[in-house]
Amino acid sequence: MREAITVIGASLAGLRGVETLRSDGFDGRITLVGEESHQPYDRPPLSKQVLAGDWEPDRIHLAAPDRLADLQVDLRLGQRATGLDLEAHTVEVDGVAERFDGLLIATGAQCRALPGTGHLAGVHTLRTLDDCLAIRAALEAVPRRLVVVGAGFIGSEVASVAVDRGVEVTMVEALPVPLVRVLGAEIGTTMADLHRSHGVDLRCGVGVVELVGEDRVRAAMLDDGSVVEADMVVVGIGVVPNTDWLESSGLQLDDGVCCDATCLAAPDVTAAGDVARWTHPRYGRSVRVEHWDNAVEQGIHAARRLLQTDEEATAYAPVPWFWSDQYDRKIQVAGLTHPDDEVRMVTGSPEEGRFAALYGSGGRFNAVFGMNRPRQVMQFKSLIDQEATWEEALAYARELG
Amino acid sequence: MRVVVDFDLCESNAICMQVAPEIFEVRDDDFLYVLNEQPGEDRRSAVEEAVQRCPKQAISIQD
Repeated sequence: MREAITVIGASLAGLRGVETLRSDGFDGRITLVGEESHQPYDRPPLSKQVLAGDWEPDRIHLAAPDRLADLQVDLRLGQRATGLDLEAHTVEVDGVAERFDGLLIATGAQCRALPGTGHLAGVHTLRTLDDCLAIRAALEAVPRRLVVVGAGFIGSEVASVAVDRGVEVTMVEALPVPLVRVLGAEIGTTMADLHRSHGVDLRCGVGVVELVGEDRVRAAMLDDGSVVEADMVVVGIGVVPNTDWLESSGLQLDDGVCCDATCLAAPDVTAAGDVARWTHPRYGRSVRVEHWDNAVEQGIHAARRLLQTDEEATAYAPVPWFWSDQYDRKIQVAGLTHPDDEVRMVTGSPEEGRFAALYGSGGRFNAVFGMNRPRQVMQFKSLIDQEATWEEALAYARELG
Repeated sequence: MRVVVDFDLCESNAICMQVAPEIFEVRDDDFLYVLNEQPGEDRRSAVEEAVQRCPKQAISIQD
């Protein structure tokens, strides 16, 4: 019987894990370690309501203080895990080794930085509440010319908020079409059009050579020879899972902590959220999913796994899903697209600002993209879950009209 | 058990509809409708899952 479970990472996956341990009846000691000093908070509003100034940070708590008290968790904020000894079953927190019977790793990811820009003020990434408040403060200053590097979802949401505040935005994307690897050229172009119709100067197929300035960023030099003046820069070029502290632990690391299909990384050790790579039965390969919903679901699954025997354990096989709010549009994607996918627009049209598109290849229905189509995205998500064929998905779309 | 939705927070992501379609429905007008505000105890775990997975944390349970 386990007596002490430690959860490293006090964000969404970690906290949902702790809640699950308690709701499943675990009454031993739970330690929750978080590197940030803030109470556990929700990240999506950081690129939306909090960034826009519509919400203050006190609105994004993941658990009210009395809820945390109910959970009877030893919450260690502002502390950092620095090492793991699998044999001894100890985790090093701020240099002190502490024993565990079960360990849930939920250390998340950190933003990739633009090389050679560390010395410049006014260059931001967005991951934490502190990052968000720094960008928000910068957006409030004048004059305001923002360069967003990377037209992914975070960069797009930042651009959307900034445009709303009257900021002049230039967005630089290395790919020929935004999100082309995830969404394909057709839908990626729709996303590009969305930005341009809101006044964003979107430049695709262009790389950033250098950010120039003495102490503070002044401009971005692009590889087509152009120079874009900037008062501030937000870099959104992806994240790297936080596995540095596990380098010598013996856990298998490969762009994340490698887990089996049940989220187990080693005996008595599981992982969840952005940091976890696991063998997904539906796809027959390992995946790592950086979505909010996955942090919730996998946090629950990986916590439960610690309370289960090998015989009781089940595979974690969700249909990945995420949303992104940009301008007045709600973007949602369910499933995983494949490079060979055919893309079929099934209801509505980009012109109406409201449509759904399906992705499939090899007779399989892989994913659905929706713009202001939440009901249909969920209906198609259920079909993906049931492993509907491409033909079945198209037939269902015809029924919807 | 009473299902309460804060419609000021709800953004119709429709995850709740997928988790408990007999209780939550997002219709073609993109608004969420609660089909059964007082579901039986046998639906508690589904409603709890909807509470946890709501991206806006807009759903709660009042006992």
